[in-house]
Amino acid sequence: MSLLYHMTSPSVLSRILARSISLRQSALFSKNKDCTFFTRKEIMRLFYRYQDLAPQLVPLDYTSCPDVKVPYELIGSMPELKDNPFRQRIAQVFSEDGDGHMTLDNFLDMFSVMSEMAPRDLKAYYAFKIYDFNNDDYICAWDLEQTVTKLTRGELSTEEVSLICEKVLDEADGDHDGRLSLEDFQNMILRAPDFLSTFHIRI
Amino acid sequence: MEPVPGSSGSPPASPIPGPGRRAAAPSVGSWPVPRDPARRGSGGPARRAWEGRRRPAPASMTSAPEPGIPAPGGKAGRRRQLPERVSGGLSGAWGAVMSESSISALPPGRPSRQPFIHQESLSLDSSCFSSPPVNFLQELPSYRSIARKRTTILSRDKQSGTLLKPTDSYNFQLEGELTEDLDSQSIRKYALNISEKRRLRDIQETQMKYLSEWDQWKRYSSKSWKRFIEKAREMTTHLELWREDIRSIEGKFGTGIQSYFSFLRFLVLLNLVIFLIIFMVVLLPVLLTRYKITNSSFILIPSQDVDIQCTVYPISSSGLIYFYSYVIDLLSGTGFLEDTYLFYGHYTIDGVKFQNFTYDLPLAYLLSTIAYLALSLVWIVKRSVEGFKINLIRSEEHFQSYCNKVFAGWDFCITNRSMADLKHSSLRYELRADLEEERIRQKIAERTSEETIRIYSLRLFLNCIVLAVLAACFYAIYKATIFSQEHMKKEIDKMVFGENLLILYLPSIVITLANFITPIIFAKIIHYEDYSPGFEIRLTILRCVFMRLATICVLVFTLGSKITSCDNYLCELCGYNQKLYPCWETQVGQEMYKLMIFDLIIILAVTLFVDFPRKILVTYCSSWKLFQCWGEQEFAIPDNVLGIVYGQTICWIGAFFSPLLPAIATLKFIIIFYVKEHPVLQSLRAIHQLQHHLGSGPQDSEHLPQLAADAGLWHHFGSLRSAFFHDHLPHYVLLHRPGRSAQAGGRPAPRAAEPGKS
Repeated sequence: MSLLYHMTSPSVLSRILARSISLRQSALFSKNKDCTFFTRKEIMRLFYRYQDLAPQLVPLDYTSCPDVKVPYELIGSMPELKDNPFRQRIAQVFSEDGDGHMTLDNFLDMFSVMSEMAPRDLKAYYAFKIYDFNNDDYICAWDLEQTVTKLTRGELSTEEVSLICEKVLDEADGDHDGRLSLEDFQNMILRAPDFLSTFHIRI
Repeated sequence: MEPVPGSSGSPPASPIPGPGRRAAAPSVGSWPVPRDPARRGSGGPARRAWEGRRRPAPASMTSAPEPGIPAPGGKAGRRRQLPERVSGGLSGAWGAVMSESSISALPPGRPSRQPFIHQESLSLDSSCFSSPPVNFLQELPSYRSIARKRTTILSRDKQSGTLLKPTDSYNFQLEGELTEDLDSQSIRKYALNISEKRRLRDIQETQMKYLSEWDQWKRYSSKSWKRFIEKAREMTTHLELWREDIRSIEGKFGTGIQSYFSFLRFLVLLNLVIFLIIFMVVLLPVLLTRYKITNSSFILIPSQDVDIQCTVYPISSSGLIYFYSYVIDLLSGTGFLEDTYLFYGHYTIDGVKFQNFTYDLPLAYLLSTIAYLALSLVWIVKRSVEGFKINLIRSEEHFQSYCNKVFAGWDFCITNRSMADLKHSSLRYELRADLEEERIRQKIAERTSEETIRIYSLRLFLNCIVLAVLAACFYAIYKATIFSQEHMKKEIDKMVFGENLLILYLPSIVITLANFITPIIFAKIIHYEDYSPGFEIRLTILRCVFMRLATICVLVFTLGSKITSCDNYLCELCGYNQKLYPCWETQVGQEMYKLMIFDLIIILAVTLFVDFPRKILVTYCSSWKLFQCWGEQEFAIPDNVLGIVYGQTICWIGAFFSPLLPAIATLKFIIIFYVKEHPVLQSLRAIHQLQHHLGSGPQDSEHLPQLAADAGLWHHFGSLRSAFFHDHLPHYVLLHRPGRSAQAGGRPAPRAAEPGKS
């Protein structure tokens, strides 16, 4: 399917030429092989996805390791992310400076963590960061309210939202400080059977 | 001395005098950490607190470069090119060295204080090699400048995730496991940027040079073995049936619908294996002998203790056969099908004599039955164990239901706008339902005794009604079976075609009607019983499941009673009504065969004759509000799952009497898979194309009917060569409609029923 798409793209000739560079690139990408959960083929495929996001910005030849960042708006409009209520947080967590603009490394990192091969603890760690909207290393009540609002698209009343947040804190707050630390969160995730299957993006 | 690992350009300045350096060498050069009991003992309170936690096995590599330390090399270098980042510069390299030598546990979640704890725990450690170089390194001017800078860029540190391994949760088992566990497989489990991981990996690779030959080889072989295992696993997953289809369904529609299809796939495989068992054990010897492939012969042993009359089985072969008899025979298993391998009655052989031994066929038949029943049990239990564990956890979910929904509720796989809308509304519904349940629980606690009595008497009354409905259904099935059995015995030729089929299929028709009507009745009744929403749904599902399975039991029981009922002394001879049922096993097999065929016909007919006109109406009459509301089809997971469970139950019951039934079941499930899956994906493709065409997606679920209409229209114009099936475009959408919230087919279904797992 991606082949068809590439064939209809305007710069098809340049792409064919560029694919010849891919040998060198795949050597470059083999460096990434053990750093992510993807195989070399998948990394190449992901690279082409990344490149497709911003063909003018991202060069096909990565052997010179250019410092290129794809802006958040393009990342957020990827089909895998566009319907996700947390896409902005995901991009922020995995980007270099927390602004959502991602380099190729960030891109690979993101999908590697969100792939089905990543272990639970790794996912829990990043999930914690995603749900921590104010980046204070704790999920406080305000973070929870933001999460619930995003989950329900703002269609629950404020009273309901605060009740839910209260219940979540009751359930998960182990040290009773009114907010969830990473430890609390990880303990809670251990008891959440769906987490591994839902915290997973297929690409 | 040796170049600091990871630095490609800048060799470290080494103002470190001898002893410190040598002491540092073990940390860099040779991985096996000396076992230091003192160190273990004084691991520090932080570490002990950690070990108390039950966590999976260790990745022993300590946290990566300190948060502050590589920062300048990392952070400042962030705008620079990759190679420089990999080298990290001087500070990064030293940071790497330091981190490698750091062996203490780092409490998670406190990155800001990390370096200090680090030092404290290290100083607590009486390890012979770690503290001197560390203390020394701390005095390096570079480190001090880093420490100074670290405080100013704290916030960015936290975000980049350079610090830790989340796998801070992993226990530290430094002794001796540093070597084995520090391999590429564990690097990627760290919560680090890829660049950091690359640096770690380069460090690790450089270290390999300093290992002994044996260690190097061990590492290399374990790495390649792990890669081989991964590749093999990848290969075997390619062998999975329908892997791509199910993955695309999961990706687009979420795990609920995917679990239905994966359960369907499991049943296809199960039936295939059952059929293979039966084929190998029963059919193969017979076929080999019949077609003279091997040099064997049949043995017929006349039985002594059973009256000869009981074994007489006249196959009715009438002279003049109407042309439609063949159709009837195919549909009902009578006539020419009766004498085939399909039914029990055909297997009259008592043994197959091979060269060296005699193969006892009746024993083989019996053993094959036991074998495939045992296999089914074991396989299903194995498959359910995971689901059972999950359910066990889920049963204690009361104290974590909110967390699960908030943090693990959103399915990140969803890529479809309509599915996303559905998920939002389903989460909303679930959260509201939970709050509601809480409120009702409180209300129940506050109920007065008068109200309690009233509620309980009402419930009793309604349960009696439910029982009455069930009894009525069972009686109807009983009567229909009796009627059908009696009239089947009349001359088939004398009847009209339609009437004939109707009589033959009467039990199946009544069962299907009953299974269709009773859920509606149950859903209406439960509304008055005033249970909490979760309990309502569970109870309705329970009643529907009971209904489905009990109808088959009633059918079997009726047949049994009919077979053993006789007016006079006839039964004493053979134990059953020999005159009416010369081979009762075949008759039962025929009933099961009919049930199975009818089930398949109904599923195909509903898809074709109900969904397709619905789509047409929605497409062309979308202006009518009635059709707009009614038009969307629901992929009601519990109903569908009950349907295939019902099919499989028929297969199990009938397989003894009709050995080829599992093969028919396999084909049936394959057909069902394609019939159900194709429209699901078709509608999705059309919607995507339409969205692409229009340039934007619909904003909320109100537009869905319009979209379905448009999609259908577009799709129609797009492909004129349409067969009905191909352009069939039911809009399979999981809808939550508040009115149906109390019903079994309603929304919480995808959560409440994870059929694939249980």
